[in-house]
Amino acid sequence: MSGLSFLTTRLETALGWGRKFSLFHYPFITACCGMEYMSAACAHFDIDRFGAGLTRFSPRQADLLLVVGTVPHKLGPVLRTVYDQMLEPKWVIAFGACAVSGGIYQNYAVVQGIDRIVPVDIYIPGCPPRPEMVLDGLLKLQDKIQHQKQDWRWARKS
Amino acid sequence: MEPLTRIQREARPESMLINMGPSHPAMHGTLRIMLELDAEKILNAECEIGYLHRGFEKTCENKTYFNLLIYTDRLNYVSPLINNLGYVMTVEKMMGVTAPERAQLIRVLMSELSRVSDHLTCLAAMAMENGAFTVFLYMMKAREFIWDVIEFTTGARMTTSYIRIGGVRADLHPDWRGSLATAVRETRKVLKDVSGLLDKNSIFLGRTRGVGVMSKEDALSYGWTGPCLRSTGIPYDVRKAHPYLVYDRLQFEVPVGECGDNYDRYSVRMREMEQSLRLLEQVAALIPDAAPLGGGPAIEPAEALARSRLQRADERVRLSPNLEGSEKERLPGLTAPDPLVGVPAKEDTYTTMEGLISHFLFFMSGKGIRPPKGDVYFSVEGGNGEVGFYIVSDGTDKPYRLHLRAPCFHIVSALEQLIKGRFVADVIPTFGSMNMIGGELDR
Repeated sequence: MSGLSFLTTRLETALGWGRKFSLFHYPFITACCGMEYMSAACAHFDIDRFGAGLTRFSPRQADLLLVVGTVPHKLGPVLRTVYDQMLEPKWVIAFGACAVSGGIYQNYAVVQGIDRIVPVDIYIPGCPPRPEMVLDGLLKLQDKIQHQKQDWRWARKS
Repeated sequence: MEPLTRIQREARPESMLINMGPSHPAMHGTLRIMLELDAEKILNAECEIGYLHRGFEKTCENKTYFNLLIYTDRLNYVSPLINNLGYVMTVEKMMGVTAPERAQLIRVLMSELSRVSDHLTCLAAMAMENGAFTVFLYMMKAREFIWDVIEFTTGARMTTSYIRIGGVRADLHPDWRGSLATAVRETRKVLKDVSGLLDKNSIFLGRTRGVGVMSKEDALSYGWTGPCLRSTGIPYDVRKAHPYLVYDRLQFEVPVGECGDNYDRYSVRMREMEQSLRLLEQVAALIPDAAPLGGGPAIEPAEALARSRLQRADERVRLSPNLEGSEKERLPGLTAPDPLVGVPAKEDTYTTMEGLISHFLFFMSGKGIRPPKGDVYFSVEGGNGEVGFYIVSDGTDKPYRLHLRAPCFHIVSALEQLIKGRFVADVIPTFGSMNMIGGELDR
């Protein structure tokens, strides 16, 4: 038994290492934060240095959903559809104050935080967050992925 | 079941209905286009907007004139300073306040920087959607230099809230000339590179020349303004037609296009950026260097506070953190002298009774900025066209109604007409060249 757990731990480490440096992200860009996302993704700040440079515009090819900007109620179902289309394992980053909590838009139109619609792994506050902050959030997510426990099918009880 | 949309009712049974957006890389996030297709040909199109409706106008009715400034930043978020300017000048027109000369020059400087960044972003996105990824990277690089200048002075990259009612928030950063010169030089270089890459590129020409052609009459009747209207050949520019700030003293041309197609919209934007860079240099030459702050001994805020309990403290206070250039000595040149318009200097607020009272009154609900009853409209030339604010005041500290005349609402309303009868691939450059900005379109 101890041999098996040693093996799975090593395997999890290897898997986490592989996953964290090959994040294919889907930018769900709605508003202002998109400008900072563009800055972070382009040559100046270069998100590619951290292995998340490949933007996929199909949710089925992506494993990181970046919700960039305000999500009004009208856009809520769209966000949920996009999330549901993504394959496991998948992670979500709430990018900017509006996605985190509704931000300055406390009114009838805006969803008060996207965690009411999809589960969120990393919250990046800021209105909009600076690219450095985005990179920091990405590193935090990578750390999370590295230490994520796998739900091995053979290890499940019953 | 949802009610059928217009296109679903009108569609022929044999044609195919397809949905572009709202989550589509070329829809800039927040527009949905439903297309009725016969193979690749678009028979009919319908745009659905409102996916970024954030309740801007309604929110403003519950905010004071001073507080709602931050919402104007987030309208056209590629050129926030111009939106600030439009709103602020509308309130100033209402209150009969004029900003000091130096503040006006700084405002022109900031508007032109924003205009360049707006056009850069628009063309970068348009080029990327047409497959020219290099152009995207180059233009983003140039935008970083522009934003460096903005950040130096305002302390923020995008949502700056820098232009305030009565003037500007703070003086320019001591090293602004150097960063501005770098930005202008780098942007010129990028523009040269980009026109080398795109101007005679047959792929780009094939997707833009003769595609999305808008006639002068249609453009006017749709209410187009800005670069898109000028691309049809009508030289209407708010800066020339109704000069504000110091634009009447500056030399610049209004570039116009010939036939109003996508390529003209691209080339008008490119030439407009050159004019903006020219304006930047002129304004930089006009702005005098800030007088050095009076030296001498300065005391810490805590000490000033303690002294002001006993008697009026007249010493200079060393305030930190404070936005560079917002010191009390600098303010008279930057904001109108009316205490009911601008926030009093922090030094006064912390050390004198009068300053504290006026600060208190300024922020107390029901006090503060209260324009006289009436309504007013004022517009400035934004990145997309005429950014106009219409404010109805009932004499209180909150607007009774605030309406934004968003240029891209009028431009995008013509999209259906422009893509009808074309191919699916033509939607992308046509839409890209319009520079749809969700925050401004849906408000």
